[in-house]
Order: sequence, then C-alpha cells, then structure tokens
Amino acid sequence: MEILMSILAGVLFMAGTYMVLSRSFIRIIIGTSIISHGAHVLLLTMAGLKTGAPPLLGLEAGTYSDPLPQALILTAIVISFGVTSFFMVLGYRAYKETGTDDTDRLRGTDSYD
Amino acid sequence: MLTALHIAIVAPFIAAVFVPFLYKKLPKIHTGWFVLTIPAILFVYFLQYLPVTSSKQTVTAVWDWIPSLGIHFTAHVDGLGLLFALLITGIGMLVVLYSIYYLSKEREALNNFYTFLLMFMGAMLGVVLSDNLIVLYTFWEITSLSSFLLISYWYEREKSRYGALKSMLITVMGGFSMLVGFVMLYAMTGTFSIQEIIASAGDITSHDLFIPAMLTILLGAFTKSAQFPFHIWLPDAMEAPTPVSAYLHSATMVKAGIYLVARLSPVFAFSGEWMWIVAGFGIVTLFWGSFSAVQQTDLKGILAFSTVSQLGMILSMLGVGAAAIHFDSMDDNLYIGATTAAIFHLINHATFKGSLFMMAGIVDHETGTRDIRRLGGLMTVMPITFTIAVIGSFSMAGLPPFNGFLSKEMFFTAMVDITSFQAFNMDSFGVLFPVVAWVASIFTFIYSMMLVFKTFTGKMQPEKLDVKPHEAPFGMLLSPIILVSLVIVFGFFPNILAYTVIEPAMASILPSLLGEGEQFYVDIYFWHGWTIELYMTMGVIGIGTLLYLSLRKWVAVYDVFPSSLTLNHIYDQTVAGVEKVSSQLTGAYMTSSIRHYLLYIFSFFVVALVFVLFNKDAFSVDGATAPISVYEGVLAAVLVTTALVVMFTRSRLKAIIGLGVLGYTIALFFVIFRAPDLALTQLIIETVSVALFLLCFYHLPQISRKLENMRFRAGNFIVSLAVGLTVTLIGISANSSRLFESIAGFFPEASYDEAGGKNMVNVILVDFRGFDTLLEILVLAIAAAGIFTMIKLRLAGRNDL
Repeated sequence: MEILMSILAGVLFMAGTYMVLSRSFIRIIIGTSIISHGAHVLLLTMAGLKTGAPPLLGLEAGTYSDPLPQALILTAIVISFGVTSFFMVLGYRAYKETGTDDTDRLRGTDSYD
Repeated sequence: MLTALHIAIVAPFIAAVFVPFLYKKLPKIHTGWFVLTIPAILFVYFLQYLPVTSSKQTVTAVWDWIPSLGIHFTAHVDGLGLLFALLITGIGMLVVLYSIYYLSKEREALNNFYTFLLMFMGAMLGVVLSDNLIVLYTFWEITSLSSFLLISYWYEREKSRYGALKSMLITVMGGFSMLVGFVMLYAMTGTFSIQEIIASAGDITSHDLFIPAMLTILLGAFTKSAQFPFHIWLPDAMEAPTPVSAYLHSATMVKAGIYLVARLSPVFAFSGEWMWIVAGFGIVTLFWGSFSAVQQTDLKGILAFSTVSQLGMILSMLGVGAAAIHFDSMDDNLYIGATTAAIFHLINHATFKGSLFMMAGIVDHETGTRDIRRLGGLMTVMPITFTIAVIGSFSMAGLPPFNGFLSKEMFFTAMVDITSFQAFNMDSFGVLFPVVAWVASIFTFIYSMMLVFKTFTGKMQPEKLDVKPHEAPFGMLLSPIILVSLVIVFGFFPNILAYTVIEPAMASILPSLLGEGEQFYVDIYFWHGWTIELYMTMGVIGIGTLLYLSLRKWVAVYDVFPSSLTLNHIYDQTVAGVEKVSSQLTGAYMTSSIRHYLLYIFSFFVVALVFVLFNKDAFSVDGATAPISVYEGVLAAVLVTTALVVMFTRSRLKAIIGLGVLGYTIALFFVIFRAPDLALTQLIIETVSVALFLLCFYHLPQISRKLENMRFRAGNFIVSLAVGLTVTLIGISANSSRLFESIAGFFPEASYDEAGGKNMVNVILVDFRGFDTLLEILVLAIAAAGIFTMIKLRLAGRNDL
C-alpha cells in the first residue's frame, strides 16, 4: 500500500511539475495545487498507513491511526488554499494589467543598464 | 595601552577630520599650511627615536583591538620602521609645502586633497610601524584606497579615472593575496605578531604552507612596489597631481612592498626560492623599467618608469642580501653589503626622485606642458629648476659626486659578489645579475640625460608652449632645493647616515647575524681603488653617452615590439574580456523566463537528491506494508487517469475540472485512511478552490474561449517525470527505513486525560500544537487582505505618483 501511495504521490508531483513548467498562469497555478496534493499524500503515506480506527477516542478501539500527520496535513491544506487563492487573484490581476497570461511575454527588461 | 606612539600613527587620520572645517571656515589661508604642521611635528617626534634604535633598542606598545582573535594594534619601532617613518613624515612635510604653492586655493578642492593625503600618511605610518599582520594589512588597504582617491583627484578627467581604477584593481588584488599569505603564516606559527613569527622562523621552513605563504605575500609586495609585470599601474597613476606622484609614487607607497620584503626577510630569506624570486623579479624590473623609460616623451612618464626601475634595483639588492643569512657571522660575509646598499639606495632614491618629480611639476606649472618634444632651452629662464634637475638626474644616473654614484657602486659590488655565492645555482646562473644590472644602468644613464638635456638645453620653442616660461616662485622651489641639498650632503658625507639610520635598519633585516652587543660595519666612501665596479661605471658613462647621442638612430627599436603584446594591451584585453565573458555567461542563463529558472531548480533538485540516494545506498524496499484493498486500487486508477488528463488536455475547463476530480479523489483517500477531519476540509476547500478557479479564469471573456496554446514539450516532460520518480523513490526509501518509533502512542493516552477532548486531531490543532493553528489563521488573514488589496487598490494613475 505504501509503495502504491508513493507512486501516486510521484504521479501527482510529475503532473504538477509538468503544469508548472508551462507558459500560462492558470496552468502554473493548477500545477502548484497538484503538487500540494502530492505533498499531502506523501505526508500521510510516510506516517504509515496501518489501519486502525479514526483518531476519535469515543470509538474506544484498540488502535487508532496516527493523528499527528493528519493535524499537519490539515494545516497544510488550509495554507495551500490561502496561497492558491492569492495566486489566482494575482494571476487574474496580472492578466488585467498586462493583457497576457503568457509568462514568456512577461519577461523583465534590463532596466538597470 | 594607548601610548603617544599610537597617537602619532593615527594623528594624520584625526587631523584629516578637521581639514574640511578649516577649508570652509578659513578660506583666506591655504589649507596646506595647517596640514603642514602634522608631518612636521611627527618628523620631529620620530627623530627622537633615532638614539633609541641606533643603540639596538626597540620600542613596542600594545593597544588591544580584538584580543580574542590575537589582533592587537602593536606599534613597534625598530631601525627599519623608523627609517620609513622618517621618510614618510620628512618627504610628507616637503610635499605638503610644495603642494601649497602647486595647488591653487581658488581653483582646486583642497579639502579633498589634504584629507586624502593625510589619510594616506597615517595609513603609511601604520604599515611601517605595525607589528601585527592584520593591522598591517588594514593600513595597507587604506594606502591603496587613499592612493585611488588621490590618483582620481581630477575625477572629471577620463584618464585619471582609468589610472585610478587600474591601480586599485592591481594593488587590491595583490593586497588580498597578501592577506592569504598572512593567514597562512598564522596557521604555521599561531601568531600575527611579526616579531614572534621571526622568532619562530626556523621551525616553519619545511612546513607545507611555507612556499605558498611566501608566494602570496610576495605577490602583494610586488604589485604594490610596481614590479614587473605588475608595474603597469604606476605610469597611469601619473595622472595624479604632481605632489601626489612625488609622495606616493616615488618616495613612500611604492616602497611599502620593499618594506614588506625587508621586514619578512628574516622569516623567508633562508630559502633559495626567496632569493631567486626577489632578486630575479627585481633585476628584470630594473631592466624593463629603464628600457621602457627611454621611450617615454612625458617627463612624468619617464620618472614613472624610472621609479619602477629603481624599485627593482632596491629589491634585487634585498634579494641578493639574503645570501648573507647563510653565514653564521659577519666575518668575511660579502653579502651584507647588498643589504647596506639596498637601504642606502632606498634613502637616496627618495631624495632624488622626490626632487625630480617636483622639478617636473614646476616645468609643467610654468610652461603648461610636460612633453619633452615641446620643451627645450629652459636653462636660461629657469636656472634654479635646471640645477635641481641636473643634481637629481646625475645622481639617478649614478654619477659622482652625488649619492646615486655611491649606491650604484655598492649595487654593482653586490651583483658581482653574488656570482661567487656557492648555493642555489648562484655560481652558474648568477652571472646574469651583473650583466643585466650593467645594461640596465646604461639605459638609466640615457633617460637621466634625456630628462635634463631635452628639457633644458637646445632651442626654446615658445610657439609650442601655452604660457611664457619663467622661474617658479621660491616657495615651490624650496622643497626640491632641500631634497637636492640632501642628495649632495649624502653624497659627500654618507656616513652621517651610516650608524644612525642604515645600520639599525640592517639589524632589523638580518637579525640572525648579530650577536650580543655586535653591530654591522657600515662604511661608505667614494674611492674604492681600481675595482671592477669603477670600470663598470666608466663603461656605463661611455656607452651611455654614445647611445644618448645616437638616440635618433636606434629609437626605432621600440617599434619592433607589436603593440598587441604590450602588458597594457594584455591588461586592457583581460579586463574587457572578463567583463564580456561574465556578461555573456549571465545572459546565457539569466533568460528572465520563469520556465527556465524552474527547470534549473527542478533539475538541481533531482540531481542532488538522486545523487544522495545513490551515495547513501538508500534503495531498500522492505519494512511492513499495509495490504491493498479494491477501493484503493480503484481510487488510484482514477487519480492517475485524472492526473494524466489534466497534464495533457488542451482545454482550460477540463484542466480545472480535472483538478477538482483530483481533490475529491484525495478526499476519498482520506476517508479510506481514517481521516474524517481531513476528508471534510479537503471536500470543502476543493469545492471553493474550483469555484474560485472558474470565477477567475473561466469567466474571463477574453481568454476563456480561446484554447490553451500548448503542445507537448519533451524536455519539460522528462524533467517532470524525473521529479515524480525522485519523489516516489524518496517516499519508498523513507518508508523502508524507520529510525525510531513515532510518538503516535502519546495522543490516544493524553488527549482526553490532559486536554479533555476525544477528537485527537482537533486536540492537536488547538491544544498540543495550537501555535501552528494561530499562524495558519494569520496566513489566511494575510491572503485575504492581499486579495482585497489587489482587487480594490488599483493604482491606475501610477504614472502620477
């Protein structure tokens, strides 16, 4: 299971990287979202996927799944959401200002020459 | 402890602070008069140490600077340091006096001039009187800096800036190299104190760092003292005002390298490498400088190359003087004479070269040009200047009865004696030294004669001069007159220097030869008898006169060298080439395309991590793994399919919806892996994200209907595949090698008992690790504020701002 999940994380990273390397804003932002997904999957996997009860004491089970990585992922999900939404609006505004969403057309100029 | 000696060293710096105030508040009085008091007082102050050093005493005063690093501002006065201190303050005094008449108080920015000059004077005193290598290095760099400022004094001139930059680049390069050598010395001996290093010199000769330290320090000394091939900055430094050229570039700063060689002779001189390098570079510089000087047409140009040449001469004598250390005592020790000659010539050079520079400045000042092709026949209009030029030049050429004759004779003696030294191949190859020295002396004779006769004899060409020539004011003549008087006094009575100045300085250079209560025997006199040196001098005069008279016929020899092979050309090409290559290199990888930068980052990530994985042999697939159920298999298939669709779809909408599918699939994974809170959050956030994506981009009319301009890029795909594989490998590898048990057992026990909650994840978020949550809230708040700002604050008219 862990090996399969590692492969899945790898696939997500691959897809995310490929998207990030493209030229348009939206694909780059989608790429960063996919990479976040990959990272979350990897976090969960590396903590061990041994099945136990959900981490709720009320269930009174013998073993629970590890709550700490879940807490970490929860934090990470929220932060990546904040960053992604900021990026989205930033990309939107950049498009409005510059009239393009192509990063190759948004190169800086050597104004310090 | 702070002593009067320390204050004397930093006094010029303190005085420099007040110069601008005096310049602004008392504009009626030439600022130079105030400045003049500083070197005058210091000169008198240092004179009182003469009895101390001549009785073999030294004065050391320590002032802690960074005691924890062994760096103390240790002032150390011995024969060598005092000789230089007297030169610096004495010539400094005369140069300030000369500059008062040379620089106009109406037209020039005198505050800058005297501030820089005092800075330089203090730094130079610091160099020669510091016993700590780091402090010495600090002052050394201040001399480079103030020299840079003084060369570019007329900064509106292109050539001044070029010369200043050139000297800066070359001397600072040497300075850095020297610092490396100092650190190596520290590594070998464990101290920065020169006296302590000298005391432990015998232990380090076989150390691995001994030769590297010697070479790096010598590079510093050679660049500063304008030795071949680093001499090229000195002729360009002649763009400085003439008092600066006289002070820095003939009498003091260029001798800092010589000081360093002399000072560290007791450390390094026992090795044959030192002797060959110092003497060899010196003799080559002597020849090349005097040979090049003949070609010059500018008075200061001639003097610059002549300085290069004379510095080479002093250095070669110091190198040859190292032979003396190989003897146990001074009985029958021929080679001590070379050191005597080096010091004597050091003093002589300061006197006649200083006066010659001032003479050139006077000629420039009174005729408007320094070009010898436009000058001539000034003898009758400027008789005093002519006398100064004759005495200075004849002394430089080595003619009796001036002091240059004495030191040149001693120089020949040293060069002839070295051929009989029975070590380091000196007895076979050493014969080159007297031959080269003799040829170089002929050229020295030629340019010295040019200096006098081309300027002052022949026909005057008033039509080529901008102003009508006339004799300079007395104040301007005073300093060179004092200097040429010294030339004559030292010429006729050289022994007034012998035991007051020269002998104590020798004791500093060759300390191992002196026993308790002994002293070197210094006797300089005119008549040696009919010796080989006398014949050599006669040859120099004879052949030199012939060559000078036939100069017109053979001057074409200089055109034989192609200009593309000159050192200046090589320097210019190097500087331009380095600039070009670096800008090409930067241009090649700084493309300002974000895609390229990301490619570099990802590639580096892959290469570094895979290398570490291989290096640590971290591929092991063992360890317990959970079984795969049907649900997980199906979800995995969905995830992979969706990811591929998102990657390769050309439609923007499909990509956004695919991203949503990915998010929901991961939420389902969270369900399977018993993470209800995660699943909840993931579902909600994915929904909101997709909605936002659609809002921002799908509803943009301008771009939403256009298909994505994309095609498959193999390079991107390979990099991303490699990133994915690396992540997978790391995941598997990390899973297989667990180093310690997790703390998972803590939370089920403690959640309810200590925090009173049954939902462990929530207890962790708000109780055990509440800080994370606090800052995560902050992140959201900042993101929200940022979005609000971006939407609301449109600085449409930002051009007006």
